[in-house]
Parts: sequence; structure tokens; C-alpha cells
Amino acid sequence: MIKTQNNKAWFLVLPVLVVVAFSAVLPLMTVVNYAMNDTFGNNQFFWVGLEWFEEMVTSSRLHDALGRQILFSAIILAIEVPLGIYIALNMPKSGFWASFCLVLMSLPLLIPFNVVGTIWQIFGRVDIGLLGHTLAALGIDYNYTNDPFDAWMTVIVMDVWHWTSLVALLAYAGLQSIPQAYYQAAKIDQASRWAVFRYIELPKMQGVLLIAILLRFMDSFMIYTEPFVVTGGGPGNSTTFLSIDLVKMAIGQFDLGPAAAFSLMYFLVILLVSWVFFTVMTNLDRQEGK
Amino acid sequence: MRMKTSAIVMGLYLLFLLLPIYWLVNMSLKTNTEILSSFTLFPQDLTFRNYVVILTDPSWYMGYVNSIIYVTMNVVISLAVALPAAYAFSRYRFMGDKHLFFWLLTNRMAPPAVFALPFFQLYSSVGLFDTHIAVALAHCLFNVPLAVWILEGFMRGVPKEIDETAYIDGYSFPKFFVKIFMPLIASGIGVAAFFCFMFSWVELLLSRTLTSVNAKPIAATMTRTVSASGMDWGVLAAAGVLTIVPGALVIYFVRNYIAKGFALGRV
Repeated sequence: MIKTQNNKAWFLVLPVLVVVAFSAVLPLMTVVNYAMNDTFGNNQFFWVGLEWFEEMVTSSRLHDALGRQILFSAIILAIEVPLGIYIALNMPKSGFWASFCLVLMSLPLLIPFNVVGTIWQIFGRVDIGLLGHTLAALGIDYNYTNDPFDAWMTVIVMDVWHWTSLVALLAYAGLQSIPQAYYQAAKIDQASRWAVFRYIELPKMQGVLLIAILLRFMDSFMIYTEPFVVTGGGPGNSTTFLSIDLVKMAIGQFDLGPAAAFSLMYFLVILLVSWVFFTVMTNLDRQEGK
Repeated sequence: MRMKTSAIVMGLYLLFLLLPIYWLVNMSLKTNTEILSSFTLFPQDLTFRNYVVILTDPSWYMGYVNSIIYVTMNVVISLAVALPAAYAFSRYRFMGDKHLFFWLLTNRMAPPAVFALPFFQLYSSVGLFDTHIAVALAHCLFNVPLAVWILEGFMRGVPKEIDETAYIDGYSFPKFFVKIFMPLIASGIGVAAFFCFMFSWVELLLSRTLTSVNAKPIAATMTRTVSASGMDWGVLAAAGVLTIVPGALVIYFVRNYIAKGFALGRV
């Protein structure tokens, strides 16, 4: 659509600006303030400049949490994206069963995060959970509260359970938009199933898949509630991801300065990655428009 | 043959999705002794005591009321501010529009953990701590950008000639917007409302940080059972089941719009 130049449109955007300024800019300024100051209580602050940033950049605690976070995000993206596409390819195309699957698949998306945690906490317990009990009955030594590997497995399976549907639903919507003629043409050319997927379905899903990957990356990078409920970041620190570590630091120990410096760097990393994705996405949009 | 493998794959996947939920429902219908002493696949001693506990104790059911109040407020606020902004983004070019749009989106990507403490201090200092409106405003952080994004996608699909015709017919902007434009993008408003509802309903970190007694959400109330005289597993499970119900109802009503909303790729 050709848009007209009109700077009065700013008035329409104004309400959004006011609300977002109140709920985003003001708090962020507080964070910046903390990151540059030290306090001994009583609201007395001392300027320390970039000291907290230096401390955080070199802290092994941050490095460990960041490493775990990257590993976690990488693993769940590697599982959820292919699995989501596979599920989408197998979904019924229309009719009663299509909406039946849609409704059931959206169900995990609408469960409050801590309830997701609770469900899996119960499900994985050896004494009262179906999963834990079954694994124990099969003779597998499984205990997510003591064994770091089991804790990781539980958190990853939980995330796959929680969010694969989102990828699948997005991919499904992408598939639905492919005109039937494409498939007929492929049939005439006697294209193999793989060729149909590789040269018709995958390119057509590219846009939505990028969004799915972006959303899953963001949300897994900020994951807090679910692993916190299930493992509390333990055993030891083995499932302490960035957000969990941050909340521990800011609200548990009240180390405001380092926590604020940590927050800002955390936010910047996310911004940077999002910007890359956003640029790629808008470029794709433009190519399609041509 | 292909039909069959698809059915099997979908069956297995849905089983994987539903099994943990089934287990929660199963547990909510058992007595605590049955949960702890014997391992049963379905309740031997069917009881609704756990639900009765929740529905008769104000400290429990007020959690649901609080959650519903702030979620509703959030949906209304988000849509009210997002509608005009989305219209501006879809119809006009103005100074800094692209930067503004990206800046809005970055707020959707801000980790709530970063904002928890500043929010707490900000809302305490203006006397909004432990009110519904505080949580509703805090959730605007990620819901307003999302609503703008979704609505902009839907509005772009409405031809501009409609606006122009309406103006020639003598409609003023507000009248045109409410009477003509909003009905045209009704499904878009529905999808946006659905996602605002969803993200506000499932969020815990901010809503827990910003409330203590009067506006405490159900999700935060649930963490309480962990400490109270051992673990009341049955009640915990029942509370969990009840948090799933509103979401399931909403999905059922908007099921035909979901696919459409996803199709725009704007979630």
C-alpha cells in the first residue's frame, strides 16, 4: 500500500508512547541509575561509573550462566523447530479433525508458566509422578532434584512440551497459504516428497519460520518461571539460567549495582540478536513485495 | 498409507501433550493419602474435596478474581492505545515511524526479570503497589507492542479507498473509526485480544513482584501450598486444573480465528 506522508499521525501514536514510556522507559532509567552507583542503604548513592560493568564482564558466575543459557536455547531450538515443522506437515488439512488438533495443541500455550512448572514437577517425581514412576519401574535411575543431567532433561522436555505447538501452529499457517496449484504442478513433474518439501513448502514457510525461531529464541533466552518451579536452578547451579541468576542477585541478595549492570548487558544482547532478525525479516518482506 | 502415518504421528504428539495434563486432573480428583500411598492410574477413591477447598476459601478463589480483573484491564488498555497507533502505522508515513516501530517491538523482547525490581520501586513510589491497575500497566510492556503488531497486519489488508469514501461521505475520523473501520477488522481485534489475554494470564514474575495481598494473582497463590504444612498435592493439582479452564474456554471460542492470526505470522 502506498502510504501518505503525514506527521500528524504522531498524535495517534501518542497514547502508546505514554503507556510504554511509563512501563518501559522509566523503569529502564532506574536500572541505568543503579548500574552506575553504589549504595549503603538509606537511599544514599555513590557514583562508581563503569565499575559494576567491569566486575560483571569478568565474573565467572555470569559466564557460566550465559554458557548454560546459550546451550539451553540452542538445544530447544534444534529440537522444537524440526519437530514443529514435522508435526505441521502431518496435521489434517481441514474439517473437524483440523480444529480438534488446533484446540488441543494450543492448550499448553495457555497454561500459566508456573502451572507448567508444577505439572512437570509432579509428573517427574519418582514417588507420585507418572513419568518418574514409569522410568523407575523400567529400572532407569532418574531423579531430577539430585542429578544435573536428569534436571536438564526434564527442563528440556518440559520446554518442548510447552512450546513446540507454537512452532507447529505457525508452520501450519504457512503451509495453509500455499495454493493447491503448486502441489499439482509438482505432481505433474513427478517431484519426490522431499523435493516438494525442499522447493515448495520450505520457501513458502520461510517467513513464519523466521518469526517462530525469533520468538522461541527470545522466550527461551528469558526463561524464568518454569525451570525455577521445577528445579529452583539446581541441583547446585546446573540449571541456573540468566533470568534466574538475575532475580537471585537483584531480589534475593539485593546486589542492585551488579544486577543492574547485568540486566543492561542482558538486554543489549537480546536487542542485538532481535535487530539482526528484524532486519532479515523486513528484507524478506521487501523481496516478496517485488 | 500416508494418511495412516500422519494419524499415528499426530496421535502420538497429542498423547505427549495431554498425558501430563491428564495426570494433573487425575491427581486433583484423588485424596492426599491416595496420592502419596499408592500409585494409581485413575482415582480409586473419587473426591471433589480439593475443588471444594478452593471454591469456598476466599484466599484461594480471590486469586482467580484478581487475575481475571487485571487481565481484563490489560486487554482493554492494550487495545485502546494500540488501535489508533496501529492505524497510524498502517496508513501514514511519518517522521521516525520505522524506528518507533522497532523500538516498540524491542519492548516485547525485554526480559521481565530486568524490569521486576524497577517496576516494584516505581509503582511503590506512586502508591500503586498491590493494585490491579499496576499489574495491568506492567503487562502493557509486552502486550501493547504485540497488539500494535497484530492489528497493523490486519489493518494493512483493508483497502485505503474505504477511508477516503467515508471521509467524502462526511464521516469525522472518530466516527469513521468506530462505526466503519473497527467492524472491518473485528477478527483482528479478536486475535489481538486473544494474545493479550494469553500473555497476561500466563505471566507470573511481574504480577507476583507487584502484588502482596489485595491483588495477588492465582499463580502466586499457588506457590503458597509448597510451604503450608507439608505439600497439599491434591489442592495444588486442583488449582492448576482451574487455571487451565479459562484458557481452554478462550481457545474454544476463538479457534477459527487462531489459524488466521497465525497465518499473518504476527504473534
